[in-house]
Amino acid sequence: MIDTHLSLLIVVLPLLAAPLVAILPSGRFAWGVSSVVAAATFVLAWMQLVNVSTGNIISYELGGWAPPWGIEYRIDAANALVALIVAGIAAITLPYALRSVEQEIPTRQQPLFYSAFMLCLTGLLGITQTGDIFNVFVFLEISSLSTYALISLGRKRQALTAAYQYLIMGTIGATFFLIGVGLLYAMTGTLNMNDLSQRIPDLVEHRTIQTAFAFIMVGFALKLALFPLHLWLPNAYTYAPSVITVFLASTATKVAVYVMLRVIFTVFGFSVIEDTPTDELFLLLCVAGILIMSFYAINQRDSKRLLAYSSVAQIGYMMLGIGFGSMLGVTATLVHLFNHALMKGALFMAIGAIVYRIGSSRIDDFAGLGKQMPWTFAAIIIGGLSLIGVPGTAGFISKWYLVLAAMEQQNWLIVAVILIGSLMAIVYVWKIIEALYFNTATEQPHTAVKEAPLMLLIPTWVLVLANIYFGLNTELTVGTAETAVKLLLPGAN
Amino acid sequence: MDFIIGHYNYWLVIIIMMAGFYTVISQGNLVKKIAGLNIFQVSVFMLYISIGNVKDGAAPIIEQGVELYSNPLPHVLILTAIVVGVATTALGLALVVRIKEAYGSIEEDDIHNQDHSL
Repeated sequence: MIDTHLSLLIVVLPLLAAPLVAILPSGRFAWGVSSVVAAATFVLAWMQLVNVSTGNIISYELGGWAPPWGIEYRIDAANALVALIVAGIAAITLPYALRSVEQEIPTRQQPLFYSAFMLCLTGLLGITQTGDIFNVFVFLEISSLSTYALISLGRKRQALTAAYQYLIMGTIGATFFLIGVGLLYAMTGTLNMNDLSQRIPDLVEHRTIQTAFAFIMVGFALKLALFPLHLWLPNAYTYAPSVITVFLASTATKVAVYVMLRVIFTVFGFSVIEDTPTDELFLLLCVAGILIMSFYAINQRDSKRLLAYSSVAQIGYMMLGIGFGSMLGVTATLVHLFNHALMKGALFMAIGAIVYRIGSSRIDDFAGLGKQMPWTFAAIIIGGLSLIGVPGTAGFISKWYLVLAAMEQQNWLIVAVILIGSLMAIVYVWKIIEALYFNTATEQPHTAVKEAPLMLLIPTWVLVLANIYFGLNTELTVGTAETAVKLLLPGAN
Repeated sequence: MDFIIGHYNYWLVIIIMMAGFYTVISQGNLVKKIAGLNIFQVSVFMLYISIGNVKDGAAPIIEQGVELYSNPLPHVLILTAIVVGVATTALGLALVVRIKEAYGSIEEDDIHNQDHSL
């Protein structure tokens, strides 16, 4: 039974858990149930990936209604990889959440916090699983609404304005997507992505189809924080509770990148990117984003905000691959999507562990902490090396494929930008490390600061080790990405 | 002329959409921003309902002697979108209440100044 309904269970399990968790009496209990559900979802996502990693496609008809009339879940290697990241990060973040949430969220609100977390997980997984474009909108709003609520639970009052700002921009983005879907439906009479992909090629010259494409692109560029539509992101990441920053930074924007891939390559077809100025526009925005946002990151004084700006720059790397529109480029996008989730997850977890101990994420307050929290410090070093792209870490693999994709098109300017971006990453990662290790506290020395509790350290180190593992063994990431790309770009070379 | 009058509902959609969008961008008052967002979303509901209309089609309720119906699917889709819009509005207004409690103001400039004068 699990095998046939696998694809649905991945979405339904957290969905059912959400109301259950909300009525549980204590935060600890709610945490237990959420963790079990997240772990189960991870196992299911893993089974799903194994099923499709050879190039199979799973088609699941919801309620037995045959597509294109009913909603279809259509899983290939690309969805399965993204679903695995989302479920995996959730399964690793939840053990971390217990101590961090106990400190940051009032006891009374904890069951509701986990409930919203489960809803967010449902939404993100739903987006990856579904093969129906309107369904994407519904799941997008499920995840977005719960995300707004989760961000607003941050300790500082700026969390409220950050959540509000994200709500306004996120809703505009989602509504743009909705307009695009409506126009597509008006032209084709279908919402099934696979069905759309067969009907659109005949209509691609039509103005309405092109308008729909533009609306969907802008809508999702807002959601995935493509420079210069990233304005909501730095505040949201900075002021959200530590756990939520970890989860969002590693999943939310990744899922939006996946939708972009799916819409461009499956729904509209590979040629849309060459027939329209999309590729040039993406390359231009990505190059600007990588350089300007890395520069912003260097100038930040708050570690969470620094990493948030670095995230926007990294989104630029992911979108570069789409801008190339080649098989290597999209492979690089998928690989970086996976690897960036690991490195940012590890870094935000380590910063969260410091925040847990000293209650501040300002770099000036970090002085000398590296010696008192050696394990957390080591996690930041390895995570940082991965972010820079040092060989032996996951970050190197993504950069390697990106550079290969750029060289394939003899685009030396982009190669230079990727390398300059990495150099700038050295500067901003060094800024945190310098404060942690080489600066000595001037005002109040943190003599009493202890190493972070094991409940925070173990999940952090799981991700840190994953960064090294996927830097050495690329079978899962690159292998799956290559299978996915063959399905996304049939006929390309 | 026919083009303009024949598509009057689409023109309305565009006008309402831009009015809502402009309100979101230009207003500094957080409640007015939410109202603008609502107007923006309503224009999309109208767009969908316009798309569903079939020329000379009856309302999509099965009746004897009626052959041609309008397309009911966009109506169903937009019901979902309306629900999402209501939820967004509710959450947005709830955030405004919390912001008012925390800052004592719902004017964007005020809030901005308070955070930066610290």
